[in-house]
Amino acid sequence: MEAEEVRLMKGNEAIAHAAIRYGVDGYFGYPITPQSEVLETLAELKPWETTGMVVLQAESEVAAINMVYGGAATGKAVMTSSSSPGVSLKQEGISYIAASELPALIVNVMRGGPGLGTIQPSQADYFQAVKGGGHGDYHLIVLAPATVQEMTDFVALGFDLAFKYRNPAMILADGVVGQMMEKVVLPPQRPRRTEEELRAQCPWAACGKGDRKNRNVITSLELDSARMEENNHRFQATYKLIEQNEVRYQTYYADDADYLIVAFGSVARICLKAIEEAREAGIKVGMLRPITLWPFPKTQIAELAKSVRGILTVELNAGQMVEDVRLAAPTTPVYHFGRMGGIVPNPGEVLQALKEHFPELA
Amino acid sequence: MTTEEIIQPQNKVYSRPRLLDERDTHYCPGCSHGVVHKIIAELLDEMGLENKTVGVAPVGCAVFAYNYIDVDWVEAAHGRAPAVATAASRLNPQNLVFTYQGDGDLAAIGTAETIHAANRGENIAMIFINNGIYGMTGGQMAPTTLLGMKTATTPYGRTAELNGYPLPISNILATLDGTCYVTRQAVHTPAAVRKTKAAIKKAFENALAKRGTSVVEVVSTCNSGWKLSPAKSNEWMVEHMFEKYPLGDLKTPSEEPKN
Repeated sequence: MEAEEVRLMKGNEAIAHAAIRYGVDGYFGYPITPQSEVLETLAELKPWETTGMVVLQAESEVAAINMVYGGAATGKAVMTSSSSPGVSLKQEGISYIAASELPALIVNVMRGGPGLGTIQPSQADYFQAVKGGGHGDYHLIVLAPATVQEMTDFVALGFDLAFKYRNPAMILADGVVGQMMEKVVLPPQRPRRTEEELRAQCPWAACGKGDRKNRNVITSLELDSARMEENNHRFQATYKLIEQNEVRYQTYYADDADYLIVAFGSVARICLKAIEEAREAGIKVGMLRPITLWPFPKTQIAELAKSVRGILTVELNAGQMVEDVRLAAPTTPVYHFGRMGGIVPNPGEVLQALKEHFPELA
Repeated sequence: MTTEEIIQPQNKVYSRPRLLDERDTHYCPGCSHGVVHKIIAELLDEMGLENKTVGVAPVGCAVFAYNYIDVDWVEAAHGRAPAVATAASRLNPQNLVFTYQGDGDLAAIGTAETIHAANRGENIAMIFINNGIYGMTGGQMAPTTLLGMKTATTPYGRTAELNGYPLPISNILATLDGTCYVTRQAVHTPAAVRKTKAAIKKAFENALAKRGTSVVEVVSTCNSGWKLSPAKSNEWMVEHMFEKYPLGDLKTPSEEPKN
C-alpha cells in the first residue's frame, strides 16, 4: 500500500494519482487536450493490477459519461475527465446521473471556446457547470481548484460529497491548473470498498439483488407528472441542504479591504500577486476565492460587500461569475475584468483594471 | 377424463415465469416483446441468475422492461445501453449483464456504442428486438425499416435515395473479433420461441464464461406500427422481413474464454 508521498507533478497527473489512492473503482475517459494526461497517467500506473480499479478509454465522451452512469448505478465510485467540448458532449449523461441521484465525479479542465476554440486555458464553462449544463432542473457540486494540491484533494472531497448527497460532483479546473507542475502531497492509499461495504453504503445500487428481496431500479423516467414533480421537490431539497452545508471559500486580506476581488482557480493566484502589489502602493485590496462555485458563497460575499467600496471579478471569460456576485451584492458596484481565447492576464493588468473601474485609485 | 382430473399440477405445461411480475404490460396485444420478456424471465430463473443479474433497459418500447422482470435494472439514455452495460459488467465481473434494445436504440442513435462495446468484446449479452419501426414514438422509420415500407416519417414508403438502405447491423457485428455469438431468431411460432430461448441461454452462458459479446437479434412484429392484426403481422414478417433478415446463426462461439 502506498504511503503519503511528496511529488512534483502536473495537475492532470495529480488527478490520476489521487483517484487511485482514494480507492476509485472506475475511470472512463476519452482523449482531449488539455486533460489527456489523466487517462495517460492512469494507463501508465496500471491500477487494475494493484487496487483493481478499472480504467477504460471509451469510444467517445458520450460513451464515457454513460459508462460512468452505468458504474455509478451499481454503487461504484466512478469518474471521468474531459475538457470543454468534450464536457458539452457529456451533458445529457450528467443530467441522467443527477436525475437518477447517483454519485459520480466529472473533471473539466477548461479550454477556450466556444466551438472547437483553443487548447489554451479558460474559465468560460462556469455557466455550464453551475447553472445546470444539461436539460432539466439540477445542480452539480462544483469545486474550483487553484493549485495542484487542490486538484489532488478535490478528488476525495468530490467523491465524499457525491456519495454523501447522492449527487454528481464536478472539478472545474482551468487549463492552467491542469498543465502546471507543482509540489503535491499525495494521500496514502485507501483500500477500495468491499462488496459488503458497498452494499451497506449503497442499498439503492443495482448491483444484482444478492440477499435483497426487492429489485433495485436506477432510472430517471417517471411519466406520472405528479410523481415527477415530487421527484423534483426531492432534488431541490437536496440542493438546499448542500447550499446550507457545503459552501467553501478562502479569503485573502479581506478584513481591512476597501476593494474586493472575487476570482477562482488559477486566476485567484494571479490576483493575489496583484493585491500584494496594490498593498505595497497603499491600496487596500482583498479577495474572496470561491472554492465551491456551486453552492456559491453568496452570503459571505454579501457580508464582505458591506465594508468595501466596490468589487471586481476577474475571470478567464466574458463575465460569467460576475452575475452571481452581482446577485449576492446588489447595492455594491460590481465590475468584471476578463481575458478570453486562452489568454491569461498578468497581475499588472488586474491592477490596471481595478484602477479603470475605480477612478479614485488612478 | 373430467376437467378437474386434467387440472392437476403434474399436467401443467405452461405458467407465468416466477420472475415475470404478475401485472399488465404496456405492450400492445400481439407484440413480440411480451414473448421475449417471458423467455428472459424463464432463463434467469432456470439458470439461477436472479440475484446476480443487471439488465440494462433502452429508450423505446422496452423502456419499462424493469417493471416486468424481477432483477436489478438500469435504465439507459437512448442508444447508450452498451456503454452502461460495459461499466456495469467490468466493475461487477461476477454478474450477468445484458442489454435489451430495439432497432432505433441499437442501430441508429446507439450505433457507436453498440459497435464499440461488441468490438471490445464486452462480456455482455445484447438482446436486439428488430421490428423495423419506432414503436414507442408512434411508428417512425427505423434504421432497419425495409425499402418501400410505410412509416410515419416515410408515408410514401422508404426509398434508398432519400433514406438509404435497411441496416443489417447483426451482420456487421458478426464481423468483429469481439463478438463470440451472433444469431438472428424470431418468436412467431412455438418452434421459433424454443430456438430463441436456446439462443438467449447461449448468450447468457457466453457472458458468464467471459467469451465476449453475444448478440441475439429477434426479428419481431409491431402490429400497431405496421397497422396489421397480430396474425397478419406474423405473416407479413415471414414474407418480407425474413428476406432481408434471414434467421439463423451469423457467428457461433468457441468454447474457450477470450480473456
